[in-house]
Amino acid sequence: MSGVGLVAAQRAQFSQPLQLKGGGVLPAFDLVYETYGTLNAAKSNAILVCHALSGHHHVAGHTADNLANLGWWDNIVGPGRPLDTDRFFIVGVNNLGGCHGSTGPASPNPATGKPWGADFPVVTVEDWVDSHARLADHLGIDAWAATMGGSLGGMQALQWTLSYPERVRHALVIAATPKLSAENIAFNDVARQAILTDPDFHGGHFYEHGVRPLRGLRLARMLGHITYLSDDQMAEKFGRRLRTGAGSYGFDVEFEIESYLRYQGDKFAGIFDANTYLRMTKALDYFDPALDYDGDLARALARARAKFLVVAFSTDWRFSPERSREIVHAMVHNGQDVAYAEINSAHGHDSFLMDEPHYHAVVDAYLKRIKL
Amino acid sequence: MTQAMERADFDLIASWVQPGERVLDLGCGDGSLLKRLIEERGAKGYGVELEDAEVLAAVANGINVIQGNLEQGLAGFDDQTFNHVVLSRTLQTVRHTERILGEMLRVGREAVVSFPNFAYWKNRMAVMAGRMPVSEDLPYEWFDTPNLRFFTLLDFESLCSKMDLVIRERQVLDDAGRQVMEEPNFLGSLAVYRLGR
Repeated sequence: MSGVGLVAAQRAQFSQPLQLKGGGVLPAFDLVYETYGTLNAAKSNAILVCHALSGHHHVAGHTADNLANLGWWDNIVGPGRPLDTDRFFIVGVNNLGGCHGSTGPASPNPATGKPWGADFPVVTVEDWVDSHARLADHLGIDAWAATMGGSLGGMQALQWTLSYPERVRHALVIAATPKLSAENIAFNDVARQAILTDPDFHGGHFYEHGVRPLRGLRLARMLGHITYLSDDQMAEKFGRRLRTGAGSYGFDVEFEIESYLRYQGDKFAGIFDANTYLRMTKALDYFDPALDYDGDLARALARARAKFLVVAFSTDWRFSPERSREIVHAMVHNGQDVAYAEINSAHGHDSFLMDEPHYHAVVDAYLKRIKL
Repeated sequence: MTQAMERADFDLIASWVQPGERVLDLGCGDGSLLKRLIEERGAKGYGVELEDAEVLAAVANGINVIQGNLEQGLAGFDDQTFNHVVLSRTLQTVRHTERILGEMLRVGREAVVSFPNFAYWKNRMAVMAGRMPVSEDLPYEWFDTPNLRFFTLLDFESLCSKMDLVIRERQVLDDAGRQVMEEPNFLGSLAVYRLGR
């Protein structure tokens, strides 16, 4: 059941070039976004919700063309929910390089008229935040009441406080990390290799060949999906159950977990863009605000003026609570305002998307303290 | 514990905190003490709390609460970050007593520790009568108490001596929150210490 009802996406067009961290320039770009609630006269009640690897601008509500298309974080947005639309104006945006309407690899390259494909630049968390800032300007929002996100979205919420310290009053950094570990990058690279070595990838220019690297994308998603769940949760949900009750001593789908992962892989490969997947994982890998400060995270975060809520989940082994505590302790070192909750949840990294009452209560309590 | 006692304990601690000082409150609960130190004393406060419900209440109170387990020490907190590290009515619930005291004086210049005195005369009376004490400062039954360590002022001071901790100040209160000047280990229900290295 949706809290905000029917929603419609909007499109903002930006004609000023965007300088990218990787050295390239996007001559012009579009961002697709949705909003929920009403921007107050002082424009002081806006919250930016940043999405994770496979997310997009459709955060909450149903779209008119497909009522089954419920926003990916609908359970936390709406009247009386933690992101209370009676109080806040919520903005969801599809990131650059995405495949849900904002300018990305499948968009036409103005230089050639053909899809960008492999030529679409590798974008970073910093680039996304710069593009979000253009959207904030477009909406007349000088400063966000809060930036917020889970996983890669949490990194954007954090980066906002570093790139534009005066434009963020609060940041909710959920199931995030100050940088990926070697193991995290390793998983991402296996996912990328699955895509890059798919014969249908065609060096990223598969659009022109009328094919899509479905096998690679499917494998990438299956691998990723394993890292989003917890061992306990998989054991409870699937265990070693067989679909037919007995082993066939072959390589067809036998165990329930195989069936589940293949279904998830197929579903994802059917709708997602392989070039986008490559770029989202690269944005994750490159995120490291301490890099320019000799690895000193406290110094890197010192310029933030926002107050923070950091949340981690007990069974998240992808970005474990230990990683969130690194962020928290850097902020404590700096004397910055930060609260940290470590939520007991069985759902691994994906916990941030779940309707876990205590988790939502913490977010709700934090947001209620924000003065508009 | 009663509100009156809680205030007596907090009054002392508040009087030791100067404006602008950084305070870490271990086992901060809903952040009542920190809120007071921030609002009345202009302190910069952080709290550590393990229980979900207390963390939620502290967030609702606008406190910089960090969820964590004191038994695991204060890993992540840098050396000498705080002017005062407070452990109010919590030491008796901590298993690793020496470690937490050592950690408090690693991250802070001063440790402020309050605890119920097991040798308070009413507690002695209870034991003499054959029952474990239940009082204002020891409000639990033996079977549901979170307290793990039962100790007295003398016991605590001998541990301080063993650990080379310097007692900078000691205040002792009876179960009505009044200051106890004489025979503190007999007449005192709650002790509040300022410790340094």
